[in-house]
Amino acid sequence: MRARVGNIPAVALGLLCGAGVLAPLVVGDTSGGFYIEVLLGGLMAGVLYALVALGFVLIYKASGIFNFAQGAMVLFAALSMARLSEVLPFPLALAATLAIMVLLAMVIERLVLRPLVNQPAVTLLMATLGISLFLEGLGQMVWGSDIYAIDLGTPKEPVMVLEDTFEGGVLMSWEDIVAAITAAALVTLLAVFFRGSATGRALRAVADDHQAAQSLGVPLHRIWVIVWAVAGAVALVGGIIWGSKLGVQFSLSRVALKSLPVVFLGGLTSVPGAIAGGLIIGVGEKMAEVFLGPVLVERFGLAGGGIENWFAYVLALLFILVRPEGLFGERHIDRV
Amino acid sequence: MSARVPGAPILAVEGISLSFGGVRALADVSFDVREREVRAIIGPNGAGKSTLLNIISGVYWPARGTVTYLGQRRGRMDPHTAARRGIARTFQTLALFKGMTVLDNIMTGRTLMMRSGLLAQALRFGPAEREETAHRRRVEQIIDFLEIEAHRRTLVGRLPYGLQKRVDLGRALALEPKVLLLDEPMAGMSVEEKQDMCRFILDVNDEFGTTIVLIEHDMSVVMDISDRVVVLDHGQKIGDGTPDDVRGNQAVIDAYLGVKH
Repeated sequence: MRARVGNIPAVALGLLCGAGVLAPLVVGDTSGGFYIEVLLGGLMAGVLYALVALGFVLIYKASGIFNFAQGAMVLFAALSMARLSEVLPFPLALAATLAIMVLLAMVIERLVLRPLVNQPAVTLLMATLGISLFLEGLGQMVWGSDIYAIDLGTPKEPVMVLEDTFEGGVLMSWEDIVAAITAAALVTLLAVFFRGSATGRALRAVADDHQAAQSLGVPLHRIWVIVWAVAGAVALVGGIIWGSKLGVQFSLSRVALKSLPVVFLGGLTSVPGAIAGGLIIGVGEKMAEVFLGPVLVERFGLAGGGIENWFAYVLALLFILVRPEGLFGERHIDRV
Repeated sequence: MSARVPGAPILAVEGISLSFGGVRALADVSFDVREREVRAIIGPNGAGKSTLLNIISGVYWPARGTVTYLGQRRGRMDPHTAARRGIARTFQTLALFKGMTVLDNIMTGRTLMMRSGLLAQALRFGPAEREETAHRRRVEQIIDFLEIEAHRRTLVGRLPYGLQKRVDLGRALALEPKVLLLDEPMAGMSVEEKQDMCRFILDVNDEFGTTIVLIEHDMSVVMDISDRVVVLDHGQKIGDGTPDDVRGNQAVIDAYLGVKH
């Protein structure tokens, strides 16, 4: 059976990942507190990747389009939010930015998607690449190209937890806690949105086959606007959290591309996959950077560094080799 | 055959012409479809049958000519509007939603009839939930009718071809259409599957009074189940009438069997 054969590499990969995560505790001379801090840091970065990955998944799920512009949308949303909150109170700035993102979705649908309906996927990919470059330029033109701050108003003092369990305790920042809660809430909301509801069904139908969906009277254009608007809202949440951590700057758009390995690892069509993928990559990357990096330097005399730049991709590649459709992706059975 | 009484024309195409690049797919084709009849469109490969169906369902817009449906004449109409006005269709090459179950595929056919807003549906508000249940009941009837109860929760991609064709039909039926367009519903089927499909088509026609327009290659099938037949060849209408009329038509015999030049 195919499934049995497929299980051996999957189990091997699982064991490898487990061993990789636990190795520092067993081999190294790490304190438990520090290990937990690294783990939490990884999970946190993972949540941020997952937020961007979610946007990719939403649009891919509903329109079969791989939206290269998701990173640019994150940047654009964060920029708008940062600049608007300079003149407006936070809730108003949030509402205004949300309105901008919805408007953007409508414009993209009308000017880019509608004329290109039923074109090959590559054409649409190129179109989103165009949108990406355009948005980056527009963002800088309208909002400026400095580094801006988004202030969430969370306490700056980190909290110390588990002081009794580990020596030195574990440091956690309020920002991270807020981000994790927000992400969890967003994911729950989206899962409800897609699960079984008529809307979710219509979205998936459009993704599977435009023409058939249209012949059933599914309003294609409206569905697209909804999806891009939701992806825009997700980009906004990601942009705010990310921007409040790193500052809103041009490089956000590039950092967002880090979520590419996340979506492929998790599965392009799966909302839970985006989350799981984000967490796996986030933790894997952090662990590799903190624990594997020094080993490479000491034992093998390498210069070290840069590990966070490639590790995510190698990890994603390993997963794809075992499960080409990603961890939670839909298995398509193609007849030959 | 049952006592089906075809009524007044529900659908008529007049002087339809359409070319793709230099290829003339249809030239000045006219015919009508009466209420509650089974109307077949036959012809050799490349005769323009599918193109004609695509024009009726709004996928293509004719370069010349009009389509009159329910007394309303129109040139251009998109598929979404056609569906809303009661024209449903199946596809020659399967166009099912592969990642979805049989049930979800057929439920998608009810989208148009869902009254509650998208947001209410997503959040599963009370009325939206009740509406979903009502539609689900109707879809279950269709599933029973097509005898695919056992496959309700199966991903359609895993079903054998004949059953996939049945799901395609079910999805179109879920719209409760006035006119059902079937693009080669029996292509590639075994004899048994063909018999089943014929039975379903006739039952739909009998029980729901649905007008049926079908394209089919298998002449014997067409002659058995159709009330009237249109014959196309190279984009032109070369015959139109009852199966018996068409069978005796010299132009039709020439088109199918070839003719000495």
